[in-house]
Amino acid sequence: MKIVVIGNGMVGYKFCEKIVEKTGDTGIELVVFGEEPRPAYDRVHLSEFFAGRSADDLTMAPLDWYTSHNITLHLGDPIKEIDTLHKIVHSHQGISESYDFLIMATGSSAFVPSIQGVDKKGVFIYRTIEDLELMLDFAPKARKGTVIGGGLLGLEAAKALLDLGVAETHIIEFAPRLMPRQIDDKGSFILQSKLQKLGLQIHTNKNTREILGADTITGLQFTDDTILDTDMLVISAGIKPRDELAKAAGLTTGPRGGIVVNEQLQTSDPSIYAIGECALYNGMIYGLVAPGYEMAETAASHILGQHKSFTGFDMSTKLKLIGVDVASFGNPFITPEEGNSIVLEDSMKGVYQRINISTCGQYLLGGILIGDADAYNMLLQTSKNKVILPPNPIDILLGARNGTASTGINLPDDAIICSCESISKLAIAQAVEGGYETLDAVKKCTKAGTCCGGCVPMVKDIITATMKAQGKYIRNVVCEHFAYSRQELLDLVKVKALKSFDEVLDHYGHGEGCETCKPVVSSILASLWNEMILDKGNDTAQDSNDRYLANIQKGGTYSVVPRIPGGEITPEKLIVIGQIAHKYHLYTKITGGQRIDMFGAHLSDLPAIWEELIIAGFESGHAYGKALRTVKSCVGSTWCRFGLHDSVSFAIRIEERYRGLRAPHKIKSAVSGCIRECAEAQSKDFGIIATERGWNLYVCGNGGSKPQHALLLGTDLDDETCIRYIDRFLMFYIKTADPLTRTATWLNKLEGGIDYLRNVVLHDSLGIAESLEAEMQLLVDSYKCEWKEVVDNPQLRKRFNHFVNAPEEKDPTVKFETMRSQKKAAEWK
Amino acid sequence: MSSTLSTTGITWFFACKTTDVPANGGVCIKYKEEQIALFYFTRSDAWYATQNLCPHRKQMALSRGMTGSHQGEPKVACPFHKKTFSLADGRCLTDEHECSLTTYPVRTEDDRVYIGISENEEAY
Repeated sequence: MKIVVIGNGMVGYKFCEKIVEKTGDTGIELVVFGEEPRPAYDRVHLSEFFAGRSADDLTMAPLDWYTSHNITLHLGDPIKEIDTLHKIVHSHQGISESYDFLIMATGSSAFVPSIQGVDKKGVFIYRTIEDLELMLDFAPKARKGTVIGGGLLGLEAAKALLDLGVAETHIIEFAPRLMPRQIDDKGSFILQSKLQKLGLQIHTNKNTREILGADTITGLQFTDDTILDTDMLVISAGIKPRDELAKAAGLTTGPRGGIVVNEQLQTSDPSIYAIGECALYNGMIYGLVAPGYEMAETAASHILGQHKSFTGFDMSTKLKLIGVDVASFGNPFITPEEGNSIVLEDSMKGVYQRINISTCGQYLLGGILIGDADAYNMLLQTSKNKVILPPNPIDILLGARNGTASTGINLPDDAIICSCESISKLAIAQAVEGGYETLDAVKKCTKAGTCCGGCVPMVKDIITATMKAQGKYIRNVVCEHFAYSRQELLDLVKVKALKSFDEVLDHYGHGEGCETCKPVVSSILASLWNEMILDKGNDTAQDSNDRYLANIQKGGTYSVVPRIPGGEITPEKLIVIGQIAHKYHLYTKITGGQRIDMFGAHLSDLPAIWEELIIAGFESGHAYGKALRTVKSCVGSTWCRFGLHDSVSFAIRIEERYRGLRAPHKIKSAVSGCIRECAEAQSKDFGIIATERGWNLYVCGNGGSKPQHALLLGTDLDDETCIRYIDRFLMFYIKTADPLTRTATWLNKLEGGIDYLRNVVLHDSLGIAESLEAEMQLLVDSYKCEWKEVVDNPQLRKRFNHFVNAPEEKDPTVKFETMRSQKKAAEWK
Repeated sequence: MSSTLSTTGITWFFACKTTDVPANGGVCIKYKEEQIALFYFTRSDAWYATQNLCPHRKQMALSRGMTGSHQGEPKVACPFHKKTFSLADGRCLTDEHECSLTTYPVRTEDDRVYIGISENEEAY
């Protein structure tokens, strides 16, 4: 059997995925033609392209997915003709393919109203990555931007203009309110006032007559004769099904567009199917991705002889539009004959919630949520599954607001939790029981939550509830001595200004503490106050390496790592290291972080070794601490013929700024002078790469046992901005991460992921940027070399003797062996 | 006072001054060719002594370990692999198959700390 798919959008891709899933890779020949130059990408999250996500991040599946499943993919090659008689398609580039079944997944194009002047420069549509790239090029020239269309897509486009940094953004809507199809007047009014607070200017009841300007747009003239000056216009007034190819092939289309299909998605030619936004079912175009996926599933099933039909789809939707929750489900607008509505309106907070209840008072028919849509999934499932409402139906809204309502746990097993992928509650629970106990694992196993992400909170609840039912759920407290999470403890220690482990234990813990909570509290104290860690009785609350400011190695000796910022070192200092290593018989090795490690030092020799290092101008490298380790650098523009900026100088500046900074886990960084990335900055907790216009800042990468690439946080930053963002990022991590959690794992667990982090760090969504910077500055200003303090303090030096009652004697059990003319530790016994 | 004294079957030797031992921490005491870890718990004003050798990888390191408690029982964690041992009876709390530590009685007189070695241990 041979199937040809016209269109490689989200729905066309989903069809291929369904066929592969249902047949394994056997028996079916799949040929796909796509008009765009890149494989199917996530159009739902298109506006994230401006927020730093690359085209690759949005890709549904990489090219090798298609090859590995024997799917022939022709990109940038639209079909120009369908010969239904001979069952052959002809492409623009002259490829002809015969088919047994043809799938039309041609999608839609932007609907452009017939306004005079739409061909002027500075007028864009908002549909594809190419459209976005054109906008990206033009936006720096524009001070005022305007969007025509106040629906879902229009508001997305307005967000894109905000992200592009257009100073003033206007929205023009023909109807008297925003999102007229999804929400009612009052909800629309609340939404409008929220968006206005965010700096958007909204004009409803406006009909555009003409686009003004000679060659390039200068403004809009409306039918009420008013004029709005603008430098850039994005038209996002709706969609138009791409049915021209079908029409030319003689397939039946609707009077206002769309390829007519039956319940099996067959067109008027039974061997041709239409799915997604080009299909017209029962007089309706379904302009959302979830029904498109359902259509893909139905068509794939039907072709393979399975029974399945498409009988319409719930158009419920939840979105975050420019940071404002907007949701609409079931029947959002009911008439008094159909039932009653309960409305909660809080114009102070900008929250509007309406639920529609059946006349009998037992069922939820639909509703609208603006400003706070946390209850969306619960309400949607209650309505879809016809769950009987409480005797006082308002409780379902109020309860949800107090966080006490059921969030999916009380739903029946067959309730569909992820409507995009049609995943039931039972399927999720079974995955958890099968050992997939994290959100990521469940996503991978079931696909739930992988599309619009709206059901993710519910999926999390089901994971937690299922694990709880198995007796597996553990509250995230530090240990038996402290019934708090690290984050809670940090806040408490800060508020009470506690300075020692003993004080913290007295106030908030019990017992003696242990090897788990002592390092946690010590790290919190260091991150908050940056006092000498061996003072105030805190020495014995340090992890062993911190207690002796060195790393214990096999055999009980220690290694010594002086800081070599950015990996730059003078010949004189190299000689000193050589001399000291020689004098104290130390094994030397270059580390992965561009510095030199000296192994095999007796505990009692450490102060003397450091005394000599400090005289030569070295300071502690904090290799022993959960602290900033190194900032690697490539040689950069001072020597390298490719270098764009002086990466070494910037790396030294960064390393000296954050030296000694203690955190929930160690922190590594690197600076690369160009895109060749010789410093491997993308494998670091934070990495910096030079661009033509500044620095790109990447965060939350990791090498080690679970390598993970760092993600782009900010682009083309100047030195000062880059440092400000790093300040905020590091301090936010320090304040919120669990103990011994590297930044990569922290981000993986962070709800909202990199987008949330970007909002906090770049857009200050929590309003804490200033305090994060101030807290970091305090730590930077209070930095002192710990080793210098020990060397200068006879009491502290005494703590480094091996025998308290024989201070001059070294540990006699220490043994070394020889290898390649250096020493090594004796093997474990 | 002399540096060793005897009660029935136990030889008490002078280990160090109380001020030599950090609060809630340990030090290593040399006794003949032995190494003994000595710990002081400030909150309960309690002293404990065990062998300094961690039986897991035979490392002389317990005196440098972190002290703490496990459900009220005093313990120390070896800095190498964080095995923890009860300071009350020396048994390993994290691995029931691990060897136990030898423990020694401790007593203080004024600011002097004494560790007791029983005569059969003396032979060991």
